Amino acid sequence: MNRNVGIVIVSHSPDVAKGAADMVRQMVGKDVPLAWCGGNPDGGLGTSVDAIEKALQTAWSDRGVVIMVDMGGAETNSEMAIERLPEKKRAKVVVCNAPIVEGSVMAATESSGGSPLEKVRHAAEELYPRM
Amino acid sequence: MSHDEGAPRATGFTVLTHEHGFHARPSILLTQLAKRFSAKVWIGLSDNGPWTDAKSVARVMALKAPRETLVFFAAEGSDAADAVSALVRLVQSDFASSKDQ
Repeated sequence: MNRNVGIVIVSHSPDVAKGAADMVRQMVGKDVPLAWCGGNPDGGLGTSVDAIEKALQTAWSDRGVVIMVDMGGAETNSEMAIERLPEKKRAKVVVCNAPIVEGSVMAATESSGGSPLEKVRHAAEELYPRM
Repeated sequence: MSHDEGAPRATGFTVLTHEHGFHARPSILLTQLAKRFSAKVWIGLSDNGPWTDAKSVARVMALKAPRETLVFFAAEGSDAADAVSALVRLVQSDFASSKDQ
């Protein structure tokens, strides 16, 4: 069982998602469960509910998971992936309203200190008030 | 900064010598270190504030402290003195562990 909140990065572009994940690993370290996904199954830009579901499993932590998204479909598909989870797990996943790169790094920094889900989400969203 | 009467307090300061000031990586290291202490910890760029929560990476990054700035720390809680000396050492070491990579 992971003791820290997990991070899932979902972008329309696999390069953006992987790049953001690289920044988290290199700047924050390895103490945070992390997974990323991006692109549609045909290799184009987009997001896939299946891929997000898989990423949620990879980065799963019993303390919860935050999903960082870029825009539009990334958020709706993330919500669909959350709905596929068993009810007990659903309550432990939140989609953050924050810039995907900065938010991922800030959420991971907060998580690496052992903070609970709500604090991790707050760290990502802190400087970016909901529109 | 709200004071809890009776809680141990500590303050300290040092010069920020890191080449790029408080950019992303130093802010992350500072925040991660601050979080290891139970004391409330603040960082400021003058000895009378304004004070920023040193455990908030977004706020520490937003300070945008440039090189050669004096950095002040204040802490309150049972391990306040340890927190301040650890943070001062981190800055004085030029964020030593950031060069490991």
